[in-house]
Amino acid sequence: MSTMIETRELRFAYPADEGQKPVFALRGVDLEIEKGSFVVVLGHNGSGKSTLAKTFNGVLLPAGGKVYVEGMDTLDESLLLAIRQRVGMVFQNPDNQIVANVVEEDVAFAPENLGVPTEEIRRRVDDALKAVGMYEFVTHAPHLLSGGQKQRIAIAGVIAMEPDCIVLDEATAMLDPIGRQEVLSTVHRLNMEKGITVILITHHMNEAEDADRVIVMDDGKVAMDGTPREVFVQVEDLRAMGLTVPDTVDLLDRLHKDGLPVPLDALTVEACADAITAALRGN
Amino acid sequence: MLKDITLGQYFPGTTVAHKLDPRTKILLVVLYIVALFCAKSLVTYGLMALCLAVCVYISKVSIKALVRGLKPVLFIIIFTGILNLFFTPGDRYLVEWGFLHISDTGLRNAVFMVLRIMLLIMGTFLMTYTTSPISLTDGLERLLNGLKKLHVPVHELAMMMSIALRFIPTLIEETDKIMSAQKARGADFESGNLIQKAKALIPILVPLFISAFRRADELATAMECRCYHGGEGRTKLHVLQYQRRDYIALALGVLICAGVIVLRQFGL
Repeated sequence: MSTMIETRELRFAYPADEGQKPVFALRGVDLEIEKGSFVVVLGHNGSGKSTLAKTFNGVLLPAGGKVYVEGMDTLDESLLLAIRQRVGMVFQNPDNQIVANVVEEDVAFAPENLGVPTEEIRRRVDDALKAVGMYEFVTHAPHLLSGGQKQRIAIAGVIAMEPDCIVLDEATAMLDPIGRQEVLSTVHRLNMEKGITVILITHHMNEAEDADRVIVMDDGKVAMDGTPREVFVQVEDLRAMGLTVPDTVDLLDRLHKDGLPVPLDALTVEACADAITAALRGN
Repeated sequence: MLKDITLGQYFPGTTVAHKLDPRTKILLVVLYIVALFCAKSLVTYGLMALCLAVCVYISKVSIKALVRGLKPVLFIIIFTGILNLFFTPGDRYLVEWGFLHISDTGLRNAVFMVLRIMLLIMGTFLMTYTTSPISLTDGLERLLNGLKKLHVPVHELAMMMSIALRFIPTLIEETDKIMSAQKARGADFESGNLIQKAKALIPILVPLFISAFRRADELATAMECRCYHGGEGRTKLHVLQYQRRDYIALALGVLICAGVIVLRQFGL
């Protein structure tokens, strides 16, 4: 498999007040994200996870080190448009990323910017709206839709660029549980069906359950990196970083401490129940 | 309470008046205004009123809605009427009462002036009633395209206008929220004189402005992420295209406007 995004010794600092030392939000991140994978980046507030996401398509440029998108350096200004077309980004507040006051016009915004011919824009808009299951709202006004629906429009707006990768920067944080589920199942489907690489930035542990890979950020560095199972068994370390583990893992961890021989890596509710029954039978 | 403000006042429909290209409608309104300022007799004013009546009939816009549009300028209409009525010198005075007098030309001017303002406003309102704000901005952008050579930022202005339109409902909602939050903490927006009322608005405006700036910042980033880089090389989902009906409407408009100017030469 080829590499979608690669960071090398990536450092970034937000501009500080005069006379003060800049605080580094990223202090040496080395990552390689494979094409077609579903990656969840976890971390508490201020861990640098959002900053990391914004370096992936050149919204923020590295202060040290490099970010390569399909081999293209984000510091090369002439490649910026090509990079942004490949890596789409969806942000937290759906209201602040919708540009037009008709759904189809908004989805058409990116292809319009890219200079795509009119008939091709029409096809892309229709395809993108179908892909997120919002085709019936094609001529609606976005401000009358629910949060989850707005966020799906925002995703459609990104897909219309035909990107290879979508970065969701806490895109589910402002949504209710139903809206969150809508958005998550949409991106999972896009990942499976279209092979789009998905990088999901979140602080909801549960959203990491179905990921191919979980990266935990802490203090501007990668603290853990692995499959969800590998990461979530490190219950104590996760708690030390101010993260809550998924309910299933929490339960198993407590049972384990009380002496029941259960494994810690059963993430889904079913797997957790099976593990507990098996352990009880064993007793 | 703020939710029921409708801005742009667009009434969707499927009549010919709605289907016309926005550029055609803008040009027609310009022609109408020119003709209106050239008209100076009963015949030409009658013609202008007839044109408007026909357009209103075609567009199926309710007359009530059009008349409602006159409300905000009622004061100006009355003021102009009164000024013209009482302070125009003329050959023959119909009424004289102290320093007030009504001359025959005064009466004529007053009637025509009031008629002119009313027709002008109703004509422009008819355009905004039958054209969605987006297509109006689109039309303006295309019409003013030539000014780009003079370094007028036409695309940027149109983009600003459409973003402003897009954010009106969002900001109204936000205002509502802020007002509720302030009321919950005992703020009073209704009582007091004008100055007190204006002062009470400050705690609404400050957070509203701050959040608007924050939104603008986020929107700019989101737009850049979707490859926005100005108007250069941009294509459109909906391309405006003149149809046969547009040519017919424009021809009629030019004909009527020219007719009024010719009639003026004949003193009508």
